[in-house]
Amino acid sequence: MKRLARHQIAQKAASDIPSGAYVNLGIGLPTLVADMIPPERGVFFHSENGILHFGPLKDGEDVDECLINASKQPVSLHPGASIFDSLLSFTMMRGGHLDLAILGAYEVAQNGDLANWTRDDPGVPPAVGGAMELAYGAKSVWVLMEHVTRDGRPRLLRQCSLPLTASEVVTRIYTDLAVMDVTPEGLAVRDMADDLSFKDLQNLTEAKLVNMAAVNSDHRLHETQR
Amino acid sequence: MIDKIKESAAVAVDCVQSGQSVMVGGFGSAGLPADLISALLAKGVTDLVIISNNAGFDRQGVSVLIAAGRVRKLICSYPLTKGATAFGDAYRAKTIELELVPQGTLAERIRCGGAGLGGFLSPITVGTPLAKGKRLIESDGRRYVLETPLRADLAFVRARFADQIGNLTFHMSGRNFNPVMATAADHVIAEVDEIVALGALDPESVGTPGIFIDALVQAESRQAA
Repeated sequence: MKRLARHQIAQKAASDIPSGAYVNLGIGLPTLVADMIPPERGVFFHSENGILHFGPLKDGEDVDECLINASKQPVSLHPGASIFDSLLSFTMMRGGHLDLAILGAYEVAQNGDLANWTRDDPGVPPAVGGAMELAYGAKSVWVLMEHVTRDGRPRLLRQCSLPLTASEVVTRIYTDLAVMDVTPEGLAVRDMADDLSFKDLQNLTEAKLVNMAAVNSDHRLHETQR
Repeated sequence: MIDKIKESAAVAVDCVQSGQSVMVGGFGSAGLPADLISALLAKGVTDLVIISNNAGFDRQGVSVLIAAGRVRKLICSYPLTKGATAFGDAYRAKTIELELVPQGTLAERIRCGGAGLGGFLSPITVGTPLAKGKRLIESDGRRYVLETPLRADLAFVRARFADQIGNLTFHMSGRNFNPVMATAADHVIAEVDEIVALGALDPESVGTPGIFIDALVQAESRQAA
């Protein structure tokens, strides 16, 4: 794969969502995924404020200010949508009814610990919303994030330095440089940018990476990735 | 026949006293009882404890109360909505206390408060800073935090249609916290788009039965077309 721009990270994750899945998209980059799934795929998006099966963002004159997503943006509804209150919404989230949560993160640890709700900046009020329930309860948690910080430091770590949202919940990570699955042996690299070697990628990652291409029997593919 | 309708938001909030706790419905601007909040501001009461999912933003929602220095403590899940500068300023000036509660935990604590329960066991904050100071309980080999009920002196909720005995319907994602908050306060005021004739609401469509509602106010502007 090539190095991915932000919307391309979202597109890559969007293309992997199985048909029939009930999915919640966290704030930020994951919200882009909503507009990338054709209705025929049969994916149902859940919004923590009480909507199931909402559609693309809406703008313009006929917007209903009461029909908003978790980022407070007006959305449309697909046929078959349902509306419910916050209690039922969090029953869906905490009670393990959502197949997939796609979230942003500040840090992810090798064991799947997720830190995405506070950077502990002094003077910035802490805010958590539904992030903890979402990360805890979803059957799978995918994270969309930049591989390194603005000053080039790893964000995939042995252990998170920031306060946790939830422990051992992340199952897959999509970054601008690679797609990785969380496994007991480390982060298994399913796909990565063509212009990096596996060693380069490991140097940008504090968590242990597992080179899936190295166990791939197609050696030509392995050579191209160098 | 019983009639819970008040002639204005000002009349409806006249009973509020300084130092009381108020639950305010809404998620962002959806389902926000804006007129009741404005009336509360105009009434001039201070030292309030506000329970709400957000802290308002710009000149909307509980922002206006916080900016006017009327709020002693905020219990909420997300006070950082873009534009929620009033809360940020008060937080940095240390003129407001924050109790941060995850959104689902907030809803469930309010439910306990309204449902006569003593609390519930939550796995959610275990291992995070939000479990600090809370009782940890082990049950069936798993660790939980004991979350306690939340009740308030008053609740302000926003609804679509109401009849004079307080049955409420809701509009789209304006529903959110309104139904559960309506169960958990001593005095519940509903701000509604339109008050309809008794019998006009299909019993199947009632989102909050009138048993929970003490007073009704017609909203200045409709939330729905």
